[in-house]
Order: sequence, then C-alpha cells, then structure tokens
Amino acid sequence: MPTISEKIMSRAAGADARAGDFVLADIDCAMAHDGTSVLAVKAFTEMGADRVWDPDRIVIPFDHIVPSNKETTSVLHRKIREWVGRQGIKNFFDIGDGICHQIVSERFARPGMLIVGADSHSCTYGALGAFGTGIGATEMAEVFASGKLWFRVPQSIRITVDGALPDMVSAKDMTLHLIGKIGAGGATYKAIEYYGKTIDDLSISGRMTLCNMGVEMGAKASIVPPDDATFDFIGRRGSERNGESKDDGDGYSSVYADPDAVYSGELFFDVSDLPPQVATPHAVDNVQPVDEVEGTHIDQVFIGSCTNGRFEDLKAAADILDGKKVCVRTVVAPASRSVLLQAVRAGVVETLLSAGAVILPPGCGPCLGAHQGVLGEGEVCLSTANRNFKGRMGTGGFIYLASPETAAATALAGEIADPREIFTSVKRP
Amino acid sequence: MEKYIKGRVWRFSENVDIDQIIPAIYLVTGDRQELAKHAFENVRPDFAKEVSDGDIIVAGPNFGSGSSREHAPRALLGAGIRCVIAPSFARIFYRNSINIGLPLVECDVDAADGDVLAIDFADGKIVNTNTSAGYTFPSLPDFLVDLLDVGLIENTKRKLKRTG
Repeated sequence: MPTISEKIMSRAAGADARAGDFVLADIDCAMAHDGTSVLAVKAFTEMGADRVWDPDRIVIPFDHIVPSNKETTSVLHRKIREWVGRQGIKNFFDIGDGICHQIVSERFARPGMLIVGADSHSCTYGALGAFGTGIGATEMAEVFASGKLWFRVPQSIRITVDGALPDMVSAKDMTLHLIGKIGAGGATYKAIEYYGKTIDDLSISGRMTLCNMGVEMGAKASIVPPDDATFDFIGRRGSERNGESKDDGDGYSSVYADPDAVYSGELFFDVSDLPPQVATPHAVDNVQPVDEVEGTHIDQVFIGSCTNGRFEDLKAAADILDGKKVCVRTVVAPASRSVLLQAVRAGVVETLLSAGAVILPPGCGPCLGAHQGVLGEGEVCLSTANRNFKGRMGTGGFIYLASPETAAATALAGEIADPREIFTSVKRP
Repeated sequence: MEKYIKGRVWRFSENVDIDQIIPAIYLVTGDRQELAKHAFENVRPDFAKEVSDGDIIVAGPNFGSGSSREHAPRALLGAGIRCVIAPSFARIFYRNSINIGLPLVECDVDAADGDVLAIDFADGKIVNTNTSAGYTFPSLPDFLVDLLDVGLIENTKRKLKRTG
C-alpha cells in the first residue's frame, strides 16, 4: 500500500518507511549550482571534511550568473572550479552548458532515484519518475561529506488531470491552473503524484514544466510515474550519463504506487476547456484566464528558465513569431547547450532572431534578477519562468507568468495577448 | 538553544517568500551581519534599521516560500531574530533554519507589531503578554533539538570525527 514517495524513501533508507516517519536516506545524486555551491563548499570545509563521499554522484552546473557579471562572482566561480578539480568531480558543467535542472534531467535523473539539489526547483526530476527535492546549502555539505540526509517521509496528494489541452494551451497553463486552485502553500511538506490522460499525453518537456512548479505549491516532490515516454527520453542519452546500468531499457528501478496506496488528498481536474492562464503580480497563485489581463502594458518578455526554456517551448514561441516582428524587448534563454543546438539546427534560433528577439547563453537568464534583463522601477515583464515575487527581477518590477505561446503573442502585441487570437492553426507536438 | 525567550514582535502576513526576506543580488555574501542589513529591504525598509537583538517574527502560513537560499535564515539570525512563529513554513526554509540554529515554531498566534511574546520551548507554550492569550505548540523530535542546539556544521563535524 505504499505511495511512490514511500517506496523510494524506503529503498533509500534501507527500511520500510511510511508517511510521517523520519529516515536517514542514502542519496543517489546530489546537485549544487554556482549560487549555492559556494556556501556548501564553505560548510564542507568547516565540517572538517576532506573528500566527498562519491565524486561521481555529485553534479555541479554553473547557471545562475553566467557568464560572470562582476569580479566578486568571478572569484567565487574560480573557487568552486578549483574545489571541483581537487575533489575529482567529473560532472562539472561550466558557463553555457545550461540550467542545473535541465542538465540533471538530460543526463542523470532516472526513475526511482532519490536526488537532492541545493535549489528549490529540484522537484523537476519527478518528471522522470525520480524523487527530486530541494535542500539547503549547509545540508548539501553534509551530503557531500556523508552521502546521507534525514527526511520526514511525506504524505502524498494524488492529482488526476483529464481532457485534451486546447490549441495554444500547454503544460504551463495547466500547471498555473493547478497552482491557482491548490494555492501557494496547498501542498506544503507533501509529495504530489500525477495521473490521468492529460499527463500521459504530455511530453517529458511538458512534464518537467509541471513538476518544476510543484514547489510553488509548497510540495516536497512532484512525480509522474514513468512510462514509455520516460524510457525513450532516458534511452536517448547514450553514454554521457553516469550510473552503472546500461541504456538498454533494463535495470530501471521504476517505482509505482500500490493500487491501495494511502493519499492525504485526491484532486481531479479537466482541462479540455482551459483558456491560457496568467499568474499576476506578486504571487504565483494569483492565477487568472488570459482575457482578464489582456491589454496589460508590457516592457519586456522573457522566454526561458527551468520551467519553459526547452526546445518545445522555443519552437512554440518561434511558430508564433515566424515572419513577424516583436514590439517589446524579448529575451530568450535556452535551458541548455543541447536545447540551443537543437534550436539552431531546426531554424528556431533564426526565426527568433529575425523576429527581433535577443538570445542569451544557456542559463537562468534574468529569472532571478541578478543580470541579463533586470527590470527598472515600475517596469512590467511577462515571463515563462516560475516566480513573480515582488522584487525578484528588479526592485520595482512587476512580473506576469505565462506559457511560451502567451509570451510570444504578448511580444508581438506589446501588451498581454491571447495566443489563440494571434495564431490558431499550430498545435504543439 | 535557550529554553525560554521573551521578545518584541514583527508581524508579517502569509506567504512571505525568500525574495522578500533577502533579494538575490545579495547572494554574493554569506555573512549574517551583512545580509541582515538588507533583510526585507524591498517590502519593509524599516525592518533592518529598527530590528533589535531578541526580536521575534510572527507570520501567516507558508513563511519562507520560494528559493532554497540559506541566506534568508542567515539574514534573520544576523538581524537578531530569535524565533519565527507561523502556522506553517516552506519546507526548505524550515530545514535551513534548524540547520543553522534559528528556532521555528509552528503555531497560529494572534499578535500585532510591538507585542511582547514569552516563549517556553521546553513546555511548548507561548503567551502574548499584551493580550494574555496563551498558545501551545508540539515540541520537536529530539534529534532536531540536538541539531538546533549545536548546528549542522558542528553536528556533522562530530559525526565525521567518530567515524574517522
């Protein structure tokens, strides 16, 4: 009768564990990026630790401020590069390789794994059937030293989504809709398991969008049970991935909930009539249909982030922008080098550039307000990222969150626009 | 950890997020005192100027939502905050706070700015000395009390020494 989370936690702790139990679990993969590894490495040293527990299970991508924006950042970057070298960590990804969650998903995450990241959006890995969760920098140092971490096994919420998403309505709209209904703290301390035809039909990219924003409801993990789409995605990785088993389809320790698993809540949604959704300032659960905010003046459009910076997202935007010109500054940040390469090869980058967009190097871009498109006082951004908190992209800025389709339509209109009215004939893959 | 504290209240509403507590531009330092200078800078500019050692934050549900930034509890500790009370906390903020020695209490307390609360951690009791209202809260499991007492860094240091 265990849930997916109870099974993964039990396996990792080496003992049968149920929701509410405290466990000490073995970590399968640990990730820290340039923003959090600095504190983690400092704490690691202060703990008196010498060598990391397993250099092959540690992943360090630089994504938050890349390339470096100033001298102090450069020095911090250099210190981490040196530490990574001393520790023999091979899975280091320097500037331009991509966003940490994209890299871990493309190369390391597997169904049934317990993955911790020193970043709150580590719940993204649930798109591949893993238990991914965010932790702090100091406890990441403990993981680096020991390979173990304590958890309270979470209760789980079972969410079923049915209905075919309408044209120009995508995973992001569904995700924002769920957040609006469940609330910013509606899943705090809990794991979410997703089921239903709509979820089955989502690409891995769409599932990543969905699972990525689990933390915006407070969730500890958000998990889609692995299926053929998951195995296809993992199988395509070839030999780049670490880990012991081959990519032959065997040896995945896929984990599924028992039919009589106990959930703390069960929710049902039908998205067959869902209009495009927008989260308005300054809370992610301030969600409204696009027509409620249509016409809102916009100064900048941002397409990218670990939520919506994948090929599918860039392609959806390019299909709308094809042959047209944006009339507000439009900043695009691909989620990884491989996403950017795919977009170059498919002509998506050419379409975006011709339409007047600016292409940033792969990374977090302006999402966290550190560089590459910080908002000025009173400026308004429509962003495909995951947070619209006050001051996040610049002290006096206002952030609306939406899908890549709504972002592209908005870029053409210069005000929040409904992508179904701008372009109606293209369906996402 | 002190068993009993008394402090002045800073009242906040629900869903106080990490970007409000400490904006990302200050991620370049881990220093508590430095971070404290910018705590709540965008949303409550008087906080950093007027907060004093021993103060308490009382907030609505889901305090500390958003980023995993440990800089947030560090900034609060640096500002002299001794305890944060809220009906619920975002889980990463909760872990980070315990790990660096900032006590959190899960409790729905009615208190206004400037009220003085008395908190008894051992007995799990809170009294608002201005209204005389009393509240109870469940105590932490022993291993978390130990963690709160010595901090994760020292705790791990001792463990590493034992295991060689």
